[in-house]
Amino acid sequence: MSASEDELKKRAESALEKQAKLGEDFDLSKYDEGARDIPQSSSLNELSDDVQETLLRCGVVPSEAGRVGSMVVLDNSVVASTQTGKGFELMDTRDALKKYSWLKDYSWKAVEVDADKYTATTYLNDSPGYFIRAMPGHKVKMPIQTCLMVGRERTAQTIHNVIIVEEGASLEVVTGCTTKPGVEKAIHMGISEFYVKKGGSLTFTMIHNWAEQVGVRPRTGIIVEEGGSFVNNYVILKKVRSVQTYPTARLVGKGAVGHFNTVAVAQPGAVLDLGSRVVLSAPETKAEIISRSITTGGEVINRGRLVGEAPDIKAHLECRGLILGNKGVNIAIPELEARVPDVEMTHEASLGKIARDQVEYIMSRGLAEDEAVGMIVRGFLEVGIRNIPEELKAEIDATIAQSDLAPG
Amino acid sequence: MLEIKNLTVQVGERRVLNDVSMSVPSGATCVLFGPNGSGKSTLLSTIMGLGSYKVVEGQIILDGTDITYMPIHERAQLGIGLMSQRPPNLVGVQLRTMLKVTGHGKVDPAKLAGTLGMERFLERDVNVGFSGGEIKRSELLQLAAQNPCIYLLDEPESGVDLQSIEKVGTMIHELITGGIACAGKREREGKSALIITHTGQILDYIEADRGYVMCDGTMYCSGNPRELLREIRTKGYEECIQCRLVKMN
Repeated sequence: MSASEDELKKRAESALEKQAKLGEDFDLSKYDEGARDIPQSSSLNELSDDVQETLLRCGVVPSEAGRVGSMVVLDNSVVASTQTGKGFELMDTRDALKKYSWLKDYSWKAVEVDADKYTATTYLNDSPGYFIRAMPGHKVKMPIQTCLMVGRERTAQTIHNVIIVEEGASLEVVTGCTTKPGVEKAIHMGISEFYVKKGGSLTFTMIHNWAEQVGVRPRTGIIVEEGGSFVNNYVILKKVRSVQTYPTARLVGKGAVGHFNTVAVAQPGAVLDLGSRVVLSAPETKAEIISRSITTGGEVINRGRLVGEAPDIKAHLECRGLILGNKGVNIAIPELEARVPDVEMTHEASLGKIARDQVEYIMSRGLAEDEAVGMIVRGFLEVGIRNIPEELKAEIDATIAQSDLAPG
Repeated sequence: MLEIKNLTVQVGERRVLNDVSMSVPSGATCVLFGPNGSGKSTLLSTIMGLGSYKVVEGQIILDGTDITYMPIHERAQLGIGLMSQRPPNLVGVQLRTMLKVTGHGKVDPAKLAGTLGMERFLERDVNVGFSGGEIKRSELLQLAAQNPCIYLLDEPESGVDLQSIEKVGTMIHELITGGIACAGKREREGKSALIITHTGQILDYIEADRGYVMCDGTMYCSGNPRELLREIRTKGYEECIQCRLVKMN
């Protein structure tokens, strides 16, 4: 073990009991470590039928049509990893760490190993996950899809992902996070570290589809270099117990751009504590955080923080929430922080119910009230996913249409 | 045939329409004049069933069916189509979607939008950032998709620039008449309209059969629309009020 690994291990061990600053505290001793011995299939089509059906519900295509690579992690086992396209590498992060000694310069550099018990546990667990590297100058034409699935009751899944988009490369990644039918209680810890090099571009879309008693603790750090672009889309529409996430993007090179789009529905019983933070630490960087959230009875907290540390930056935060019914809670916490004078930073936040005049306007075209409400809700969420690839948008639209939110 | 019988309407405790009676026969086009705040838009909204307008007395009857307390969408399905003066923004709902659902999937949004040069607005959110004229054109496209039997048009010429007014006026003419020039045949087709106009400018494009004048939530007068307009233009609504006082005495 090298000196730096030794130090990481020490830091992790010291943080094993450290509670996270936000969100319900989960007692990890009540969960079993995710299984590591599930056999690997050579394609997604060969996975069991129930796994394939589960994939479909979180935007992952078992046929792999329209995808250039796929990885499925079930509990703590990589059960499929395929690649048809060129210009990138896709493998288990553990294998990548063995293959490339330089990867230690990226691993646990964008997320602190001792941030809390979830990061510490994930480090000490020798966790699987996806390592994706887009080669310099390569524009990967179609998305890579990955799925992080919990397959057994009371499982604690630990995941460590690293994405590197080399100079001038571009990459799109779609990740579905979900539980197999029958799994009610579990905890998912997912550490993700993304690096976008000079002139590179990464679009990352995550669809969450958990179960009623699942705790979700993603920890994500993103570093974007000069002229690079990072787009993050996060979608959660289904039941869950508790999600607490606060990804941080650091725009460290001149002209780098960061976008966070969030679409969230807090069902009854759910607590969604969702944040997005962008630190604009180089001149002429730009950031935008857009969130659309609905509560149908649960609690949703939308945190957004933009930090301006360099001149000539532009940053905007837009946070809108709807309250459907009488029981939910919707909290918007937009924050702007400027540390130099030459910045342009703005935010808008609003919470409320669906405007009656909009419902009546649509009804006056012959649609029943529930159909009119459905159209408005779909439209409201649509804004949050406007930059999402078309095919994915269709899947999300279908999910919204199937949910109780939008009859008709 | 749309009949309004002794309609009295309140918003909260405030009376906004008093004992209003009028009718729009099948195939007829009626225009409604009146100063700002006289209750013209309230009447149209009440016919459509919108807002917090509470009918405290009277009836609204469409082709023999009492629709006074019917839900909005059922009135629309029976054939009432409304062009609002200031419709709300529908953020995230594209005009294309609105035309599709309004036309029950039977209209081709691109083809329809082409008739008013609105193709590039199909992907835009309904009314968001639209100019006055664009709102009117978008409303007309939705009405064309809806294909009602009676058109309620609230100041179709307001906020429309001179170049667009011809397009809007022509489209309204076509919708109401179905492109049929013969009034006799139009009556048999059964499309009718009730149009609020401030300026009377819309009368350059459509033939109106009857005019009504409304002041202070009360129907003051009815008659030949062009004659009424001429009177209002020369003497103003003050004359209508005086005239009414004379009649009442």
